[in-house]
Amino acid sequence: MTTNFEGAGPEARFEAYLEDGKFMLQRSKTDGSYVFYPRVINPQNGEADLEWVEASGEGEVYATTATSRRPEQGGDYNIALVTLKEGPRLMARIVGIDPHDVKIGMAVTADIQEVEGTRAVVFQPAKGA
Amino acid sequence: MVHSLRAKTACVGLGMAGMGEAPGKNAMDLMVEATYLAAKDAGISVQDIDGIFSATAVHSMPAMSLAEHIGVQPKFSSSSNIGGSSFMAHALNAAMALEAGIINVALIAYGSNQRTAGGFKTVSEPLPYEAVYKPRVPLTAYALTANRYMHEFGASREDLAEVAVAARQWANLNPQAFMRGPLSKEDVLGARMISTPFTKLDCCLVTDGGAAIIMTRADRAKDGPRTPIYLMGAAMEHHHRMISEMPDLMQTSAKQSSQRALDMAGLSVNQMDSYQLYDAFTINTMLFLEDIGLCKKGEAKDFIKDGRIAPGGDVPVNTNGGGLSCVHPGMYGMFVMIEAIRQIRAGAGDDEGKREPGGWLKEAKLCLAHGNGGVLSSQATAIWGHPDTV
Repeated sequence: MTTNFEGAGPEARFEAYLEDGKFMLQRSKTDGSYVFYPRVINPQNGEADLEWVEASGEGEVYATTATSRRPEQGGDYNIALVTLKEGPRLMARIVGIDPHDVKIGMAVTADIQEVEGTRAVVFQPAKGA
Repeated sequence: MVHSLRAKTACVGLGMAGMGEAPGKNAMDLMVEATYLAAKDAGISVQDIDGIFSATAVHSMPAMSLAEHIGVQPKFSSSSNIGGSSFMAHALNAAMALEAGIINVALIAYGSNQRTAGGFKTVSEPLPYEAVYKPRVPLTAYALTANRYMHEFGASREDLAEVAVAARQWANLNPQAFMRGPLSKEDVLGARMISTPFTKLDCCLVTDGGAAIIMTRADRAKDGPRTPIYLMGAAMEHHHRMISEMPDLMQTSAKQSSQRALDMAGLSVNQMDSYQLYDAFTINTMLFLEDIGLCKKGEAKDFIKDGRIAPGGDVPVNTNGGGLSCVHPGMYGMFVMIEAIRQIRAGAGDDEGKREPGGWLKEAKLCLAHGNGGVLSSQATAIWGHPDTV
């Protein structure tokens, strides 16, 4: 039996990739399907068959909300669920657009930015969208 | 085939404490007060309790703390916490432990002073891969769901507001409800926006409150002072912890939990006399009406029109006023279950609580209590029945 349990766990690896400016997903060596958030074993088949691959960064807004916040604290901010081209969905912020103007179905592109002091994957409206 | 747990146990006592605001009391005070009242209601001493089930938003091991407070050394206890639906799951657990002969008297209890303690509290850890974006847990998850629901099914904010208005109309018949008074759809739409599409009035109350029930086996239940209300069926299911992992925001596990609870009871959803559906937000009621099978997916907005779930409607929903207008002390599941039980008791002439005309249903005999926990994560359904339904 082979596993990939050596070394840092998936959360630490994901964060290390992020520090290097890379948004990484996991992919099943068995059937090529993708997994996010990063796991120790593949929740789709129960096997330790995951490898790391860079995300395309392409996605689509699945759901969105503009969260109210006082202007002096930074004003309203967006939180969205984004479905990646590879299949998995994640929570993120859509930036570079008024939080109230984000629409379901909008094509978005991943970027890595500071979110209130922490490095994280965010999305911007795709060019030409 | 009749399930071996069907109607084998019953609620023989219940108690509530500090509903609304309870200044000067902590969560444990309220849980113990409710426990004491439930035991007295059942005609027993708290020291007769030998099984304890509890989950709260502030204790890591509430069953142990509660046992210590009331001087009981339980033969079985569980502090299993699946959020607001924990208590329907506890009822299933209690029925299993009672029927197996592990325990004889089960207590299920909850307490919270979150209103007077300064707002919503949770023992939850920050959720990885989500916390960085500063979601308001759990509000953000439900707002995302409501947004998606409006997109997929053409529902409007007015449709959501209809749920809040119906809940308030029920609250207006219930002197124990915390928020009473007239409420229009315009009031809901015009309230302060919290997270689109929700205003403050799409969101549950933040109150204090304690609640408890006592359960025993059916053989023993008949001997108590109150009409025993039987657990006809119960089931739970969960499929995600974080909203980003919910495969389809439109489909909750309430479909599976309600169906299995009804199967255990040998009943169909249309046979219920009331539907107590955990309404932490207006969207919850819409989703659960669909998922328990009262209407098709996406049709709740039409189903609730013309006051159908409001007082006088043919589908009584959240008859205490719900989490939206009656009480919601962080986790609301105990109150959902108690309202189901009390409606049946009241129908049997066995509830001292006063309500305005129509607040107690006419001879309710079967009531469905549906609990929701986390971010539409855990779903647990309990069906309670009058002795005649056994």
